[in-house]
Amino acid sequence: MGLLEEFSIGLFFWQSVLFLALLFLLRKFAWKPILDSVNEREQKISDSLELAEKTKEEMESLKASNENLLKEARAERDAMIKDAKETASRMVAEAKDKAKEEGNKMLASAKDSINAEKAAAISELKTQVAAFSIEIAEKVVRGELSSADKQKALADKLVEDINMN
Amino acid sequence: MQKVVRFLLVLALVLPTAVLASSEGHNDHDVDHDTKDLTPEEEAERKAEREKNHRKHYVIHHTQDSHDFGLFTNETEGKHYGFPLPVILWDDGIHFFMSSKFGHGHKTASSNGKYFKLDYNNGKVYQADAEGHFLKKKVWDKELKEFVSERVEVLDFSITKNVLVTMLMVVLMFFLFRSIARSYKNGLAPTGAAKFFEPIIIYVRDEIARPNIGEKHYKKYMVYLLTVFFFIWFLNLSGMTPLGINVTGNIAFTAALALMTYLITTFTGKKDYWMHIFWMPGVPWPMKIVLAPIELLGTIIKPFALMIRLYANMLAGHIVLGMLILAAYGFSNYFASGAFIGLTFFMNIIELLVALLQAYIFTMLTALYFGAAAEEHDHEHAAAH
Repeated sequence: MGLLEEFSIGLFFWQSVLFLALLFLLRKFAWKPILDSVNEREQKISDSLELAEKTKEEMESLKASNENLLKEARAERDAMIKDAKETASRMVAEAKDKAKEEGNKMLASAKDSINAEKAAAISELKTQVAAFSIEIAEKVVRGELSSADKQKALADKLVEDINMN
Repeated sequence: MQKVVRFLLVLALVLPTAVLASSEGHNDHDVDHDTKDLTPEEEAERKAEREKNHRKHYVIHHTQDSHDFGLFTNETEGKHYGFPLPVILWDDGIHFFMSSKFGHGHKTASSNGKYFKLDYNNGKVYQADAEGHFLKKKVWDKELKEFVSERVEVLDFSITKNVLVTMLMVVLMFFLFRSIARSYKNGLAPTGAAKFFEPIIIYVRDEIARPNIGEKHYKKYMVYLLTVFFFIWFLNLSGMTPLGINVTGNIAFTAALALMTYLITTFTGKKDYWMHIFWMPGVPWPMKIVLAPIELLGTIIKPFALMIRLYANMLAGHIVLGMLILAAYGFSNYFASGAFIGLTFFMNIIELLVALLQAYIFTMLTALYFGAAAEEHDHEHAAAH
């Protein structure tokens, strides 16, 4: 059972032919499309992973910026609230002052007008009283001087008064 | 896990070789059979010896290629069951007929005025005359230093059992891998058979081709590596069927593959490859002269080792299995037969591993040789050699 004795040229020929045929058939119909698909998929996977990594980074930066934004917003809100409070209290104070002033003013003007009315009333009263007094005096004088006797009595009395002085 | 694999590896490599060596040793026993003046003990011994030889030839015969596809044999009636295969011979013209004409070596086949006879023991076709005698020619025997008569062998391109099985395997592999390639058209995720074969294809690419050949050049060798890997593996597995197929354990088959590896290595060899063979860098010049013929011889020894390794492993595996199966029949003791059946089962599992392992080793070493051929050294690296 020597090696050379067993070696068959015909079998060697057929095996070579068949193997070469298989080699070319599989190259065209199997290995090329299979390896291409596998490569394509691997490329896709690595691309996707890269993209995921990138997205993650982006998300992180986005998150950080969001946080910053939130912080800023919060600070702004606080500032606004503080501002608003200040404004409100200032407005209240101003309103109070103004109201007070107005009240004072009104009070003063009321006092003034009361005084003026009073003065006017007093002067009117005085005039009235004077008019009445004159009327009364007129009526009295008229009554006193309505007869000769009375005129004479009055003159006497006046003379008496003057005499006594 | 690694330890187990290593153990099986060593066992698978050593055991068949040892058995092969021991089976070779028996060859000396089947010479001279003079049957006169024998004591009954001697006669019994002779009978046992004959039985042993018969079994050995039976096993060896089943590892060989044959001109017909035998499925089983009824030995008591001497009948063979199976189907004939086409015989194609070249002897001053082409001769084509079915192997049933040979009658398993008992008949003489005539074709176009020529006569051929099959030697059933070695499966070779010789020229014969009309009466069925082998034609002889005188050849010079170097050892005996005289002319001896020898049968005239015919150039035989028959579609033998091995050729038929290989053809079927080529067709099977073509349709299998084409359907896998097509399955990728539906989407990039593997479906069906691709689910099983894709990891193996990727293994060949990432664990065999890439590390041994290098990222830059591995792509152009992928087609050959993948084809050779699956071709050897599938044919090895075909040998595990009960049909008695042994393609990969045939020297012509492994020679064809090894020659292919040699040719590809030689014709894709870069400047650095030839530089390492003819003028090894980094050694003093007298050493370069000594190394050149050794390295040159190495380029042939490497594929030669590939050829022998696959052949010997597969053939030995088949012989071991055949012997174990026969041994199970050889005992009249049920316990012993049972034990041998168990052992056969165990060997079968190892052979299943060897079928893959040998395909892997052949592909791996081929990739290694391609790597050496395709490698391009930078100067520092070359100086370190």
